[in-house]
Amino acid sequence: MLVLRTILIITIMSSALWAGLVQVGSNYHYTTVAEGLDVSLSGDTVFVHPGTYVESGLAISHALTLIGLDNPIIDGNHSGEILTVTADDVIIEGFTFKGSGLSHLDENAAVRFEEANNGRISHNRFEDNFFAIYISKSENVLIENNIISGLAQTESRSGNGIHLWYCKNINISGNSISGHRDGIYLEFVEQCEVTQNHSTENLRYGLHFMFSNHNEYNNNRFDNNGAGVAVMYSRHVDMHNNVFADNWGSAAYGLLLKDIYDSNITDNQFNRNTVGLYSEACNRIQVEGNNFENNGWAVKIMANSMDNVFTHNNFLANTFDIATNSRQNFNTFSQNYWNRYRGYDLDKDGIGDIPFHPVKLFSLLTEKNEPALMLMRSIFVEIMDLAESYIPILTPATLIDAEPLMRINS
Amino acid sequence: MINIKGLKKRFGRLEVLKELDAQIQENTITAIVGHNGSGKTTLIKCLLGLDKYDGGDINIKDFKLNGDWNYRSQIGYMPQVARFPENLTASEVITMISDLRIGSSTQAEELISYFRLVDEMEKPLKTLSGGTRQKVNAIVALMFNPDILILDEPTAGLDPVSSSLLKDKIQAEKASGKTVIITSHIMSEIQELADTILYLLDGKIFFDGPVNELIAQTGEKNLERAIAKMMS
Amino acid sequence: MMTLLKIIKYQLHDLLRGKWFIIYTAVFFLLTDGLFRFGGDPGQVSLSLMNVVLFIIPLVSIVFGTMFFYNSREFMELLLSQPISRISLYLGLYLGLALPLSAVYLIGVGVPFMYHAGIQTGSYWILLLVGVSLTWVFTALAFLIAVMSEQRVKGVGMTIVLWLFFAILYDGIILFILFALEDYPLEKLTLILSLFNPIDLGRILMLLQFDIAALMGYTGALFSKFYGNMFGSAVAVFALWTWCAIPVWLGYRAFSKKDF
Repeated sequence: MLVLRTILIITIMSSALWAGLVQVGSNYHYTTVAEGLDVSLSGDTVFVHPGTYVESGLAISHALTLIGLDNPIIDGNHSGEILTVTADDVIIEGFTFKGSGLSHLDENAAVRFEEANNGRISHNRFEDNFFAIYISKSENVLIENNIISGLAQTESRSGNGIHLWYCKNINISGNSISGHRDGIYLEFVEQCEVTQNHSTENLRYGLHFMFSNHNEYNNNRFDNNGAGVAVMYSRHVDMHNNVFADNWGSAAYGLLLKDIYDSNITDNQFNRNTVGLYSEACNRIQVEGNNFENNGWAVKIMANSMDNVFTHNNFLANTFDIATNSRQNFNTFSQNYWNRYRGYDLDKDGIGDIPFHPVKLFSLLTEKNEPALMLMRSIFVEIMDLAESYIPILTPATLIDAEPLMRINS
Repeated sequence: MINIKGLKKRFGRLEVLKELDAQIQENTITAIVGHNGSGKTTLIKCLLGLDKYDGGDINIKDFKLNGDWNYRSQIGYMPQVARFPENLTASEVITMISDLRIGSSTQAEELISYFRLVDEMEKPLKTLSGGTRQKVNAIVALMFNPDILILDEPTAGLDPVSSSLLKDKIQAEKASGKTVIITSHIMSEIQELADTILYLLDGKIFFDGPVNELIAQTGEKNLERAIAKMMS
Repeated sequence: MMTLLKIIKYQLHDLLRGKWFIIYTAVFFLLTDGLFRFGGDPGQVSLSLMNVVLFIIPLVSIVFGTMFFYNSREFMELLLSQPISRISLYLGLYLGLALPLSAVYLIGVGVPFMYHAGIQTGSYWILLLVGVSLTWVFTALAFLIAVMSEQRVKGVGMTIVLWLFFAILYDGIILFILFALEDYPLEKLTLILSLFNPIDLGRILMLLQFDIAALMGYTGALFSKFYGNMFGSAVAVFALWTWCAIPVWLGYRAFSKKDF
């Protein structure tokens, strides 16, 4: 790491042969970042030496590389925005940004990119900011390996960790985000990849996605967020290899889907969530190869969801496997493994010979009448469920897995 | 010694004791007689606090029965049918009761040998014959040397030998100054043992007086006939 | 007090000779041990045992308790002619049954837990607490019924009806009410209704250790807010023990007036 950093610095320093180099630090001519930015020309590199710089309202309006050496701290002292970038080709690296101002009128960020393309924000720390990184109307920005932590207490007094608005081709990877309202927030964003991030202990959603088509997120971990992950009003979203875990509590979801079309949810882990996967008005989603384990409800699928396919998933030790709010079913469940399945496989083809009904009567009742949950695991309820599983009267008769797997999918 | 005044007891709609008055003198053997269902056992159970009476007063010595249970330490009771926890042995029952009653029994050993029960003591009670159990019952009643003995049909089920052993014991107790209350259907037995008779009829005392007086009054040759005459 | 302890001692002595206790211990022991051997983790074992505890303990306690009371008739008669107070005798009989029944449960479940999983926290202790509480509650109810009803067949019949009511019917009635009055806010009502069934109280206490806390919280329900904290659990435990104290008290009152 140190070697890389040194090489990097040497490279940049040598590039200073044809581009200008500005040094900022207590022992240098320029003692504030503002002065350094002020004197820099387009294409320059500004080095900021270790120390704490209490500054805010910094602006970059031309191409620039801003490097923090040994993690200098820029402390916005909770007044306004710390750094606003309005030019293309800006790199920001190696800082600790702290204390962007809380405001009910302005979405003050530690670092904001406004119509700034081809930029990069990497290896920074963000502490106790209102919004940490705010990218607006920008393209080709790389946000990587930042550590973002907030001290959010209430939703109305906190901003998002990484906030994207009308962006395209943004790559968010290797960041860890906690203590904000939403860990990562995307609205009107296209062709983004969100990968290998860890979003945890945010007040609302670990990841929040709205009106954003053709995006992909994979290999992320979302855990212990107030309400899990929400993906809404979007098409062609590819979600794979993520972990949704421990979103446990009132109105908490592993993954909440609303109005999502033509998307894939594959090879994810849903563990210990109140609701693993919630789907409302979603069409043509392929849900495949996921693991649902120890959730309250593994999947809640509302009747306005159609043509979704659930296949080769594992359902293990969930309180309820599938819940729905209607007798109608327009989705396909096939070849999943259900640990509740008690059928047999006489022809030894690995597929159970009798279908599995994953919707319990009781889950349907609680869907209609929440207080009925207090009767969970009561003997009366068990008897009722048993009777219903033989003669379905109220549960959707067509919501069955006709080919349940006998063995767990690995 | 024992003073009963206006004693009332009903079981549901059935009035068993109707304002019964009676006195039992110290150092006597008093027999309570009457036909089946006349209230003999109920009266005894009221004395013991086993049945809760509905009205009237009972005084034993100077103590007025009111729910306090201490007075029972002066009473030894032998119920009509001996009923014991079935899994225990006779010696365990005796140990248990000695354990529960403050001041342990000094007489148990003596009584066991007196009633020839030494070999039966370690057997579970459920394996013992009715008569043997009745003897254990007698030991339980007698072993604390109580001032008052209440014996409900004491000789029922006993063989002649044991029966006379028990009767001798009762006489001996009286001789040592005890007050004994006894019920029995066997009039000859009462004639043999009792000084006084309380004749219960319809929940009241029909006759109360010395046995010989009753016989003399009726001019019959024994108690059985005397009572038969009195009833006719 | 001494008398009470002595009565308990003789009760134990008498009871422990019966085969009942060995069978009862063995059932819990084999079940718990078996659940562990078939690959359950302590949480899953607790969850599986929960249904057994809620089903078997009330049934055994109430039926066995009533029969025990009837069979102790001789013992009562023998002791009541002795200088012993009725309260000592009644409590002695009650404790003399409730203590060994709960001890047997603790051993049957606790020992396999110890050697399979060590000392556990949370759900394990609640499982033990609920099992013991239900034993005490239903033994108290058993005694109350037995004191009130002289006839054995009637008494045992009543215990089974009462058990069916609490174990099964009551929840059916709640469900019916919840749906019949669907349009009204029912949370307070369900909260109150849950206090009036000891089996439901036990079930809720245990569910709070497992999944219901989060499930109930789904709508931020009053129910979970109430039961989801220490105060709510304390109220549930208190209500459960009230379910024990009131029948014991009523039973004693009837016992003190009873003719033998």
